[in-house]
Amino acid sequence: MSAEGQPANGPLLAVGQLTKLFGTFAACNGINLDIRPGEIHALLGENGAGKSTLVKMLFGVLAPTSGEIVWQGQPVRITSPSAARKLGIGMVFQHFSLFEALTVAENIALSMDPGVSLSRIAKEASDLSRAYGLPLDPDAHVADLSVGERQRIEIVRALLQNPKLIILDEPTSVLTPQEADRLFETLNKLKAEGRSVLYISHRLEEVQRICDRATVLRHGKVTGACDPRQETPASLARMMVGSDVAHVTAEGTNAKGAVKLEARNLSAAARTPFAVSLKDICLKVHAGEVLAIAGVAGNGQGELFDALSGEYPADLDDAIRISDKPVGTRGINARRLMGAGFVPEERHGHAAVSALSLSDNLVLARHKSDRRAFLGGGFLGLIRQDAVKMAAKRISEAMDVRKSGENPPAGSLSGGNLQKFIVGRELDRQPTVLVVNQPTWGVDAGAASRIRQALVDLAKSGSAVLVISQDLDEIFEVATEIAVISDGRLSDIYPASDLTREKIGMLMGGMHGKAETAEMAHAH
Amino acid sequence: MRIELERRPDVSRLFSILSPVIALALTIFFGGIMFMMLGKDPILALYSFFIEPLMEVWSLHELAIKAAPLILIAVGLSVCYRSNNWNIGAEGQFIMGAIAGSILPVVFYDWQSPLVLPLMMILGMLGGALFAAIPAFLKAHMNTNEILTSLMLVYVAQLFLDWLVRGPWRNPGGMNFPETRTFDPIAVLPEMVASGRAHWGFGFAIIAAVLIWFMMRYTLKGFEITVLGQSARAGRFAGFSSRKMIWFSMLLSGALAGLAGIAEVSGAIQQLRPVISPGYGFTAIIVAFLGRLNPLGIVVAGLVLALTYLGGEAVQVSMQISDKPIRVFQGLLLFFVLSCDTLIHYKIRMMWYDLSETAGKGAR
Repeated sequence: MSAEGQPANGPLLAVGQLTKLFGTFAACNGINLDIRPGEIHALLGENGAGKSTLVKMLFGVLAPTSGEIVWQGQPVRITSPSAARKLGIGMVFQHFSLFEALTVAENIALSMDPGVSLSRIAKEASDLSRAYGLPLDPDAHVADLSVGERQRIEIVRALLQNPKLIILDEPTSVLTPQEADRLFETLNKLKAEGRSVLYISHRLEEVQRICDRATVLRHGKVTGACDPRQETPASLARMMVGSDVAHVTAEGTNAKGAVKLEARNLSAAARTPFAVSLKDICLKVHAGEVLAIAGVAGNGQGELFDALSGEYPADLDDAIRISDKPVGTRGINARRLMGAGFVPEERHGHAAVSALSLSDNLVLARHKSDRRAFLGGGFLGLIRQDAVKMAAKRISEAMDVRKSGENPPAGSLSGGNLQKFIVGRELDRQPTVLVVNQPTWGVDAGAASRIRQALVDLAKSGSAVLVISQDLDEIFEVATEIAVISDGRLSDIYPASDLTREKIGMLMGGMHGKAETAEMAHAH
Repeated sequence: MRIELERRPDVSRLFSILSPVIALALTIFFGGIMFMMLGKDPILALYSFFIEPLMEVWSLHELAIKAAPLILIAVGLSVCYRSNNWNIGAEGQFIMGAIAGSILPVVFYDWQSPLVLPLMMILGMLGGALFAAIPAFLKAHMNTNEILTSLMLVYVAQLFLDWLVRGPWRNPGGMNFPETRTFDPIAVLPEMVASGRAHWGFGFAIIAAVLIWFMMRYTLKGFEITVLGQSARAGRFAGFSSRKMIWFSMLLSGALAGLAGIAEVSGAIQQLRPVISPGYGFTAIIVAFLGRLNPLGIVVAGLVLALTYLGGEAVQVSMQISDKPIRVFQGLLLFFVLSCDTLIHYKIRMMWYDLSETAGKGAR
């Protein structure tokens, strides 16, 4: 890992003993890393391992507490993103920073030096995007573009600065398998030109497929540097997690029971100009089934969840049925009282309030369904803190939630631990229907396998489980049935064993034969 | 050079408790400097500003009279602000409450009954609540910004009061002064204790503060308020309605402001005049935040701000200082309380950079 003594063919970027402290907490602790010219270098690690902190220091968003960054043999201080760009470092963030109401060219112009005309930027961007196989229309409005296309804008925006190093943060998490393939071609093209890529991911297959070297982080420290092609996914996972990851077992019989959750021609208009409308969605989840709904982000998953949960009820009572009773126009608590549980995608500010304690966050979801246990004092509605805290403790133990105190604020938990609590909060009630949106989004591998196992076990115990997910690995791990959502329409439901990634990828892109399938769905 | 605020890993309990005390000490210190620069003896000035009003029974009563509306209004506003509804129009709700409550003693002045006083209080609350219902309706159903609508309605209320006391409600035996008839003794809020002027408005304020504190701390309703204020989306997930919360918080704070209004008029002024409030509805916003939106903290903050009013009047009389120092004091206090609170949660870090050293060619 040493950077010294290689002046001629030395590394493009070398990082020595880089440390970032937040208070007393070391997000990055003595990181050593070097990136050679013309290589694709993977940065692997679970959420909270320090990957984002490290790249933010490289891109000048955070200032290191100690340690050094050596760029082409020169020690440097990167004080801002524009300083990083001047050096030749470009970055594509996981969460895009694009203005939906502006055009592609306008969005690109925002990150360029002022004084360059918009038409020139549009021209350069469109030339560049074609040269790298990332076609983009510079005059299109961002709101009209798919997530994959939005990512292209970010990449083109970075490439326009002619960088020597491009940092990509979890780039494939929002792409279909086909889109990801195209991205990999682009990355190989960049590599062939002698540019370096720092590729952040926790998807081991991808890393093995395209990366030349990998650095693995855990708890802010480097736990391994290797050639990913020489490793197995299991050995890489061990370096990331520190122990073997439990494999989710879906074996055993899932006896199909009665229909517990049903949508009949569920339609919902888009609530905002940038939302997706739901069109004639029909689905049935039987007891004992895990129905997984695949799809690229932004195709109506959130809207479907809102309709199924009753946060935004449907127009027709019969559009949604729980245990064969119409509930379409009823609110979320009425559905909870019928035995349904819900886990939304966003942990902070939707499933939980970050500033409130875990016990308060338990009251959040269950004050109605567990009214008798949690509330007292008649019409006053006094919250029985002792009962709530006991239940919160029980959930934390059942799901192995690691926390810093007895009853800490939700915001102080890591993503994985908070998600375990939020899922556990519903499982604790033994729901007959569970609807989960992106159950392991941004969750570490250990917590993810625990959550997936819990979903599988819940279905085996006779509940109906509906999982909305963008992660195909996850879908194949948990699902007994699979459907795909695209532009607010749902495909037919297929048994999981009948589908391959390619088939799902095709369903994600365009719905082949949707007209017939919709009619077939009506028929049964 | 760059200044960064860095979140402290753990917050000192001792200093969280001491924070308002430190803020007060700093205010007094810098206030003393201000008096020195005005050419007055700072010790004497501070004494007459902060201590003297507390030494006499008479002025303690005045303190309670001034604190009562501040506390009543601020307690209601704290519910609004905690639920993320920004009612800035408490001054208008105060006035409309005073007007609605005054219907009985002004229009039906010959009705003598022990029911008059309780009915006046109820009418006052209704008046304030109905006036707050206007911005509540506009926000809940028309998606307007309640900050603007509630603020602009203050001027409507002020001008309506002005028109009433100059026109239809003017005292027929009042030599054409713009005032209503003075209230019959049966319509006057009685004193709380025999030793002085302080009326039951202060009692209402304390009762309201304790009730709201209880609600926020122990009940599901208080939980609903907190959750919806922190995140409307999480509130929806919990099955709480933001729209209903707009109505609840606006009506509650309007009713409390209206009660403050009728209590002030009935207890302290005993008639309506063109101006019945020295800006209580606006000062209460400061009180609410100084009390950290906690009803019990608001009681203390209300007393402190009432003291700055009283002390300001005292130094005007005894030391011939203009009324501007009151405002400076209020400003200093707010500034130091907010900065002490911030520094308890964050520490300041100076990041020094050598300006000659640019990112590209820098060498250590």
